[in-house]
Amino acid sequence: MILILEQLLNGLQYGVMLFLMAAGLTLIFGIMGVINLAHGSLFMVGAYAGTLAAAQAGNFWIGIPVAIVAAGVAGLVVEAVVIRRLYARDHLDQVLATFALLLIANQGVTYFIGRQPVPANIPAALASPIELLPGLIYPPYRLVIIAAGLLVALGLYWLINRTRIGMLVRAGATNREMVRALGVDIRLLYTVVFGLGALLAGLAGYLSGPISAVQVGMGEQVLLATFVVVVVGGVGSIRGAFWAGILLGVVDTMLRAFLPGLLRQVMPASEADALGIGIASMGIYLLMALVLLIRPKGLFVAGR
Amino acid sequence: MEKRKTLGLALGLAVLLAMPWLMETFGSSSALSLASRILVYSIAAASLNLVLGYGGMISLGHAAFFGMGGYAVGILYAHNGGDPFLGLIPGSNHLLVTLPAAMLLGGAVAALIGALSLRTSGVQFIMITLAFAQMLFFFFVSLKAYGGEDGIIIRRPNEFFGLNLRDRTTVWYVVLGFWLAFMLVLWRVIGSSFGAVLKGMKQNERRMAAMGLAPYRYKLYAFILSGMGAGLAGALMANLMRFTSPDMLHWTKSATLMTMVILGGVGTFFGPLLGAAAYLILETWLGGLTEYWQFWLGLILLAVVLGTKGGLVALVAGLWARLTGGARP
Repeated sequence: MILILEQLLNGLQYGVMLFLMAAGLTLIFGIMGVINLAHGSLFMVGAYAGTLAAAQAGNFWIGIPVAIVAAGVAGLVVEAVVIRRLYARDHLDQVLATFALLLIANQGVTYFIGRQPVPANIPAALASPIELLPGLIYPPYRLVIIAAGLLVALGLYWLINRTRIGMLVRAGATNREMVRALGVDIRLLYTVVFGLGALLAGLAGYLSGPISAVQVGMGEQVLLATFVVVVVGGVGSIRGAFWAGILLGVVDTMLRAFLPGLLRQVMPASEADALGIGIASMGIYLLMALVLLIRPKGLFVAGR
Repeated sequence: MEKRKTLGLALGLAVLLAMPWLMETFGSSSALSLASRILVYSIAAASLNLVLGYGGMISLGHAAFFGMGGYAVGILYAHNGGDPFLGLIPGSNHLLVTLPAAMLLGGAVAALIGALSLRTSGVQFIMITLAFAQMLFFFFVSLKAYGGEDGIIIRRPNEFFGLNLRDRTTVWYVVLGFWLAFMLVLWRVIGSSFGAVLKGMKQNERRMAAMGLAPYRYKLYAFILSGMGAGLAGALMANLMRFTSPDMLHWTKSATLMTMVILGGVGTFFGPLLGAAAYLILETWLGGLTEYWQFWLGLILLAVVLGTKGGLVALVAGLWARLTGGARP
């Protein structure tokens, strides 16, 4: 029981992380109609910039603003130089151009920083596990991530539903052409949305550094999972991204934690572990296929 | 115009037939292996082009069919002379058995994935094809019986009429034979009424439906054909490399195939060949110059996507038109 609770929390933490990534990606999808394979690279940029800055300053918290600013600036530059030219193109060109960006980012980081993973440290105050419930000992750092993710979710909820920018964003996700026809400076809106997505990705990258590893290619793994979240949640829907993120985070974590053990009951241990992890990795994709077959547009459709 | 086309085709065929001699004289002998790989990849890219360029279905999961072709060869090889696969299918190392098996498997998997994926469209279609390919990737990674992450080493290439499939020149002519047969079939498919319907679907699906043609069924047929072609390419590749691994199923392989199609020119007949050649030559050349070749590849890709509309075929056609003073096609 304790084990299940612990894994549930882990799943929630992973889900919140996915939400941070998916929130930006779903807006970029939904509003600009751009498929951005380079979103994982912004995640990586945030992780590297934050981790290196934190190591330099010897203070974990310094890393957060650095990661956000670095990823945000990188996002704005990418938007101005490349993405802006892709709005009118079809998905094919977008996939290829952003795939090229992904290659450039990965190799650039390899060239300047190297292939070795950069060590990322948990702040000293959060290093020792605490007892949440009797018997449930849990690392507080993961709790901080969950809290940060929920805070961002609340902030986005306020931004999207209560402000003028949010109104434009919602309108853009529902009908892009109409917003433009009404005289809104859609270019500025695009830039704002892309920058917002980028800095959220940077934050997610930095926060997940100590848990996974800060290395080249860290972006792709989370990128594919994020795409699944976006599509399951419904393209353009922040609410969908939130619930789908948590759902997939929990499902993925649970499968990874418990499936090998279950398979061991029926087959030899080494094969059970390999097969269990394999099937667990397939889990979220299977879930997505199921959701799309029942609801081809995802769980929450923007603007309906 | 017709005459010039025939002349061009004859010239191209002559170059292909003389390739071993050309490579011997002007290039290095390893360049011939590269040329064989280009032909094999161009089969996969042309298959993708059938659904992507002619049918307008943006599949980011074609590595699945490519990889299934490779695994068909690998698994049949692993069972050759031993226990039958799943207790039913005896292993084999004859090219005339493994290639049809690979095409059958590629087509069957494409039928399954296509039947489900084609219920969606747009971004969702891209993502669901990617998802299915990733599922297969993880499945084969976890399949310890067939090497898991390490894949299957095929120590001896398949038998084919007693030819030595280790000899580069022999391999070239065998691959060229299959390539020509494939391109001929593809030409017939694209020129058929089926091809016309497919192109119509890309332009205006609703209108085709209004004409009484069921889009879903036609798209599915195209998807299956495409899967068979990619399976064939995968099987040939497994023979060339004497190796098959989950790498063939990885999503970056799908992106690579897509890159070849776009580099060459979407929806053009010889575009995938040009694209595959450009990509693999760039990869080899840049890889020899620097460890960070993907960086430069990325920059070149970006320039091609942002700078040209229609890929290399359009570029060549434009240059040709400028040289001859004719109008752009």
